[in-house]
Amino acid sequence: MSAADLNKAISENENVMVICGRMGPMCIPVYGIAEELEEEYRHVKFYDMEFDNPESYIIRNLPEVRGFMGIPFTIYYRSGKVVKATSSIQTKDQVKAILDKEFTSVVNAE
Amino acid sequence: MNAVNHYDAIVIGAGPAGLTAGIYLSRARLKTLIIDEGVVGGQMVLTHEIANYPGVKSISGYQLSSIMKEQAKSFGCDIKTNVSVSSLDLNGEEKELVLKDGSAWSANAVILSPGGRSRTLGVKGEDTFKGRGISYCATCDGDFFTGKEIIVVGGGNSALEEAVSLTKYASKVTIIHQFDTFQAFEHAVEEVKSNDKIHFIMESAITAFYGYEKLESVDIKNLASGATMNFKTDGAFIFIGYVPNTEFLKGTIDLNQWGEIIVRSDMSTNIEGVYAAGDSTAKRFRQVTTAVGDGTIAALAAAQFLNEIKIKQKQFLTA
Repeated sequence: MSAADLNKAISENENVMVICGRMGPMCIPVYGIAEELEEEYRHVKFYDMEFDNPESYIIRNLPEVRGFMGIPFTIYYRSGKVVKATSSIQTKDQVKAILDKEFTSVVNAE
Repeated sequence: MNAVNHYDAIVIGAGPAGLTAGIYLSRARLKTLIIDEGVVGGQMVLTHEIANYPGVKSISGYQLSSIMKEQAKSFGCDIKTNVSVSSLDLNGEEKELVLKDGSAWSANAVILSPGGRSRTLGVKGEDTFKGRGISYCATCDGDFFTGKEIIVVGGGNSALEEAVSLTKYASKVTIIHQFDTFQAFEHAVEEVKSNDKIHFIMESAITAFYGYEKLESVDIKNLASGATMNFKTDGAFIFIGYVPNTEFLKGTIDLNQWGEIIVRSDMSTNIEGVYAAGDSTAKRFRQVTTAVGDGTIAALAAAQFLNEIKIKQKQFLTA
């Protein structure tokens, strides 16, 4: 996704998780975890962004990622604001713990 | 018991050994489930390029994993990922297994292929600075250290090869190794020794990592003298071998002193109906090809075992 797409996504959605990485060893497991959690966490929107695309400046320049030196950079946005950021590979339990803490499930009004 | 959750065979671990076992078992029309606590592919996905898998000139570990997964699924194998085992009972004819999500499963045969993982140092600050200067993957994170001074911990083939590849980015690479000689192949040792950017601190170990937002220094203890010094560094790459993922099997199956599963030549273990394959078994060489070989043997042995059970059951019913 582009920087503009990301801005649109975080302005239109309450809870957003973005994984910014490469198709490499530390990133693939995190993409795989997000793919599996999509079903369970309907109140969260999951996106990915290519680390080597210049558009990723929108993530690389965040103050929250200062000191990060391991891909993927995973950013959690709530109401357009960064609430959590992690560097390098994560386990499913670690990701779930962040999702459960930062994003409360909204009762669907439908 | 819930009949839905019964399989002929359950394979624990979806690396090359487990996926191969899944392919052979499902192709033999045995109802098979593979479970894995991570993603499909195991340590294979940690390899950018595999150039020595016969029949395939060059492929990424991720692609090879995906193909093996599709192959297993095409024969009807079920695969559950990112779920770990909370308890298992391997004794008796019916092997029982409870997963962390609370679901219970049973099978007449079990193949253990949980693989291994990179060993960590287990010292102060290691968790804190993972992704903030500490890395276990040179190809992933090497470019963050362009023009910087870094350390590489380890003295085996991976450590030395990665140290050389990191000189593409780093201005100086210091290898820290616990012994006075390297365990790597001679050609790898010669390569690091002839590289001007690579320096050595031998017979030494890291005892702590320090920094503010990111890694800034490490404590290095000289194992011969016992003296500790603080050493400034921007990054630390750790390649100190692998440990088998067999903690959950302790007390249930025979493991050797390193926690590796003891197997016979047909990949059977000390428990009837339980087989093991891949990196978690006691053996000398750990390659994708050897894991695939182990998985094949384990599956064929398990299939024979399952068929014998079925014949016995039939004889019992018709007697």
